Amino acid sequence: MSIRERLSGNEAIAYAMRQINPDVFAAFPITPSTEIPQYFAQYVANGQVDTEYVTVESEHSSMSTCIGAEAAGVRAVTATSSCGLAFMYELLYVAASARLPVTLACVNRALTGPININNDHSDSMGARDAGWIQLYAENNQEAYDNYLQAMRIAETPDVRLPIMVCQDGFITSHAVENILLEEDDAVKAFVGEYHPEHALIGRETPLAVGPYDVSPYYMEHKVQQAEAMKNAKRAILDVAADFEKTFGRKYGFFEEYRMEDAEVAIVLIGSTAGTAKACIDQLRAAGRKVGLIKLRVFRPFPGEELAEALSHVKAAAIMDKSESFSACGGPLYAETCAACYALDSRPVLIDVVYGLGGRDVATEDIARVYDHLFLMAENGGQGPKYIHMGQRSSEQEVL
Amino acid sequence: MKNMVEIRWHGRGGQGAKTACLLLADAAFASGKYVQGFPEYGPERMGAPITAYNRISDERCTIHSNIYEPDYVVVVDETLLQSVDVTHGLSPKGAIVINTHKSPDEVRPLLRGYEGRVYTIDARAISERTLGKYFPNTPMLAAIVKVSGVLDPWRFVSDMEASFKHKFATKPQVIEGNMECLTQSLKEVRG
Repeated sequence: MSIRERLSGNEAIAYAMRQINPDVFAAFPITPSTEIPQYFAQYVANGQVDTEYVTVESEHSSMSTCIGAEAAGVRAVTATSSCGLAFMYELLYVAASARLPVTLACVNRALTGPININNDHSDSMGARDAGWIQLYAENNQEAYDNYLQAMRIAETPDVRLPIMVCQDGFITSHAVENILLEEDDAVKAFVGEYHPEHALIGRETPLAVGPYDVSPYYMEHKVQQAEAMKNAKRAILDVAADFEKTFGRKYGFFEEYRMEDAEVAIVLIGSTAGTAKACIDQLRAAGRKVGLIKLRVFRPFPGEELAEALSHVKAAAIMDKSESFSACGGPLYAETCAACYALDSRPVLIDVVYGLGGRDVATEDIARVYDHLFLMAENGGQGPKYIHMGQRSSEQEVL
Repeated sequence: MKNMVEIRWHGRGGQGAKTACLLLADAAFASGKYVQGFPEYGPERMGAPITAYNRISDERCTIHSNIYEPDYVVVVDETLLQSVDVTHGLSPKGAIVINTHKSPDEVRPLLRGYEGRVYTIDARAISERTLGKYFPNTPMLAAIVKVSGVLDPWRFVSDMEASFKHKFATKPQVIEGNMECLTQSLKEVRG
């Protein structure tokens, strides 16, 4: 039986961690993820978990701790945001290439500078090529459900990659909303125990973790890593299917909202999807055929599936909550364009960069994007394709 | 969305506006509603103006933006009336409730032409009388419950009693004062 509760996104993640009772938690605080180690410390103090709670002096060390623990053969978790994730940067690659399924709760926050504590996706998007699986959530429920699925995906034998469970800082991490929680026993049974095939401790076969890799072998290991990421696609769907069977909530690579007959669509990640859904309901009531694709999985990127889902629309706005300074669009736009290139007939695709540093997005803002898309669909895609939404200067104002 | 009530809180860092906002979400949740309670975060420090929000509805609200056209506004610190446009976007069919010893007629001229209902409550006097200290959030919570009608006031009181018994399990002596604070506040809203 599911438990009806109201929790913030951070509370939901900490609650899931308590239910899973990981072997090691490497803790270093940074806004807005700080509450996760804070709540978990109470569980440790109350004896509700028997996790080794390691307070370190930096995020570089928290990820190093996770790597050491996972290499030893146990489950290790951490949580961070923004500059904390940036400070882990070299270790993110080590965890991925050593094939250690660390679970990181990433509470997305803008990167400095200028210094800002509010939400955007520049932290995890900056780490998109580090070799981590990345799941994103619209709300507290999805953050909780993604966390319950994360370890099984990451620990799948032909995957064995670290995983980031992302949610929007403050917007969902600090917002109290209704949520359905699952019973402790059911969660433990679903997640299962971790018995890695290879480990430094408790195995008869000697093992080296993280040695120098010479040119004649290095590339083979990178190819294995790339193959593991491809395998993650199947693992994500398998775990989602079992999750739906067990708990009744359905997940995939992305959610399609009113896409069946949509003429124009928005593709985006995270909490703004909920705002877009409310906007879509209003526009649909007025007879306008608009839809949404909310991406849940950014790594591995479900390119073929996304292209297929977009193949029947006339125009789509790919909305990026990070600026990659490519001078031609953000990361989600670049990936989506690349995926759609294989289509025989492609929709007009534009990039709308939005919400940087916590810039708020209301239903009216989303409605303006749809208006613009209908215009683009009509004129065959004339006009700017790389737009920053809601600029103060009217000269820069497109949306 | 039908039957959705949107509330915006204005306070100063350290006064408990965020806590009151989350307590309202708790109370509404206890009565079977879908709730959102969230503060607007920035470089907070004690005394700086802060904003917090509630959405309360019969079905899940998926919108994740701030509230620009609230049905109700709560002002936890009356000195904000000079520096913050607290009635901005406020529905004329809704209401504003302000923590002050003044009457609604006395504060209305400060509300930049707002034409809706205006309520006041002397949260300082009630808090100091019942709790011995100035904690404006409990009186303001009671006031918005009464003014908005979003929850049944007496159901709210009994839910809050259960919540206080849980929250103050180790300090039962403060429960009585808080309950007295709530019930007096429900009676002393002027408007």
